[in-house]
Amino acid sequence: MPRTGRLTTAAALLAAISALATACTGQSADTASDDPKADVTLNFWHGWSAPSETKAIEDNIARFTQAHPNIEVKVTGNMTDDKINQALRAGGDKAPDVVSSFTTDSVGKFCNSRAFADLNPFLQKSGVDKTKVFPKTLLEYTQFNGNQCTLPLLHDAYGLVYNKTAFAAAGITEPPRTWSQFTEAAQKLTKPKGDSYEQVGLMPTFHGYETKPTRLAAQWGATYFGPDGKSNLAGDPAFAKMLTAQKDLVDKLGGYEKLERFRNTFGDEWSAEHPFHLGLVAMQIDGEWRAPMAREAGAAFEIGTAPLPVPDEQAADYGKGYLSGTIMGIAAGSKKQNAAWELVKYMTTDTEAVVAFANAIHNVPSTLAALESPKLQVTPEFKTFLDIARHPKSSTTPAQADGGTYQLTFEDFAYGVEKGDVADIPAGLAKADQQIDTDIAKAK
Amino acid sequence: MSPWLIGFAVFFAYPLLSTLYFSFTRYDGFRQPSFNGLDNWSYVFTDYPLFWPAVRNTLWLVAVMVTCRVAFGLGVGLLVTKIKTGVGIFRTLFYLPYLAPPVAATLAFVFLLNPGTGPANTLLDAVGLPTPGWFTDADWSKPALTALALWGVGDLMVIFMAALLDVPKEQYEAAELDGAGARARFRHITLPNISPIIAFAVVTGVIQAMQYYAQPLVAGKVAAGVIGGSGQQFEPGYPDKSTLTLPQLVYNLGFQRFDYGTACVVALVLFALSMAFTALLMRRRGGLIGAGE
Repeated sequence: MPRTGRLTTAAALLAAISALATACTGQSADTASDDPKADVTLNFWHGWSAPSETKAIEDNIARFTQAHPNIEVKVTGNMTDDKINQALRAGGDKAPDVVSSFTTDSVGKFCNSRAFADLNPFLQKSGVDKTKVFPKTLLEYTQFNGNQCTLPLLHDAYGLVYNKTAFAAAGITEPPRTWSQFTEAAQKLTKPKGDSYEQVGLMPTFHGYETKPTRLAAQWGATYFGPDGKSNLAGDPAFAKMLTAQKDLVDKLGGYEKLERFRNTFGDEWSAEHPFHLGLVAMQIDGEWRAPMAREAGAAFEIGTAPLPVPDEQAADYGKGYLSGTIMGIAAGSKKQNAAWELVKYMTTDTEAVVAFANAIHNVPSTLAALESPKLQVTPEFKTFLDIARHPKSSTTPAQADGGTYQLTFEDFAYGVEKGDVADIPAGLAKADQQIDTDIAKAK
Repeated sequence: MSPWLIGFAVFFAYPLLSTLYFSFTRYDGFRQPSFNGLDNWSYVFTDYPLFWPAVRNTLWLVAVMVTCRVAFGLGVGLLVTKIKTGVGIFRTLFYLPYLAPPVAATLAFVFLLNPGTGPANTLLDAVGLPTPGWFTDADWSKPALTALALWGVGDLMVIFMAALLDVPKEQYEAAELDGAGARARFRHITLPNISPIIAFAVVTGVIQAMQYYAQPLVAGKVAAGVIGGSGQQFEPGYPDKSTLTLPQLVYNLGFQRFDYGTACVVALVLFALSMAFTALLMRRRGGLIGAGE
């Protein structure tokens, strides 16, 4: 074959590959023109898996189909974000029309890639003023750059769950409100046993289940991004203060290695063998689910709940906490978006539906009306988390184009600090800022 | 067109060329791929903090884990060919772990090597030896993975056993008559005879090590205490990126970050490394076979 012929063949091959590759990309529906009153079947994927949770979903769907007899909902549970993402990209009849995900950190990615449809036009068409329906913080983590591609479906508030019996034994009369009180309480509650512990006041290391850097940073009121959209870890002294305080606590409770060795004896976070249930840990940074879970697991002590402590200089803000939750959206590729919106609207904005679901799975309701509903079952323990959810200074981690990659970069740095591998925290944070900005620029 | 050519085009050339094409694009699976030149390549080599640790770990596994596995497999193969009584029991005992699913085997090892409660450290402590952190210590996590790989060495044992039993007995007899000791017989008769099998074990071992994914991911996740739950993100490689491998990066970039372009770059690096190792080993294999002939 002449040289030009070979080149032509190669070019044609490359062009064919490009065309094929392009043809394989997901396509969004241009507009939602489907008739919401037509008979349709919606595929709804969610992540809940416990029998009580799936039953709560089924009950909610049953109430929905009673009100919308033309819409059949096929529910698939126990779906991870990886599976959801793959299905959304693959598209087709079997792909979900409506999706619920636990990972609020993915919202920026969902919105930025246009995986989910923007719900603003649907909200407008239905006359729903989102600012009057949802708390401000929840709206923050369900949208990105004005694209409200998801809505909150219940949420989680993070606070302190503690062993009241252990508190009494250590002579502590009330939950700590400031970080120095917290450190003191954690030390009093720690009982060494040989090279290990009989009980530790708190597992302060960042692999200790929900003791995430993001949860603690919220107590310091840290701001992740500056007004210019650039990463602000070095710019906001709150991050360095939080990391220093956590490292100090790690050292005071026995040091990183000893604590990590003890942490490795712990059971699964979602099992009955959670160390808090067994009395191995006296205080636990956790969500509203921990106290009922501990009771269900047969914890042999009295349980108390409180907001997480705040830094001493911010004592007036005691009561705030970190908020996160479940989100719900409509697949951009769905051809039944108007019908899908009916389901999303019902699940996320209907007070009765939200309250019934919150009562069934012990999560914090995600609408302002549901938070105040008299039908909401409120125990004293649960009230703590409702109050954290209502606190004006409670915060979340903002949505970003790279999903939660920026949080992982921050976490990675925090692991180094708690281990004692970082000599210069501000310099390290500045380096993390650079990495975060690079990653976000690439994702945009 | 011959069937071979169709198969080659569909299953090799097309995926390879597509991967190459996508490596020069920005592509998240939703929006159309857009050409971004060498951005993905430059990001991987200069800005992606997980890339070089993953390369180092993968090379470590290729060098150490493969060597240990081949040596241990050969040792066990030799042992079971020498045993006179109860040989069936020993062969079964050594082969059985190979049948365990990788995830189950890894979970069992994380339990056995738990630094606080695991029987391995209890035993070491009882005899006065230091007790490593195993999967929770960056210095020990890869040796722990190697121990797991040695436990499942049953496949190599069977192959070596067959090769060892095939070595002509008369060669040993002649060597014994010439006064050769056990070491000399092993070096000058056994090794040359089984060298093609050693080469096979090394090449397949290197390919397995380059594709090592499930075991380090599961071990890292379990040791880090991240098993599932409410929307937790997990960066693979716990502790300190020590269990991170290149296939994990391909998955992480492609199917968690949905940056297919960058994932394609890592996949191509992995492909190039695999090809380089295989070519090198195939050349060495020629030498080994030559030595045996």
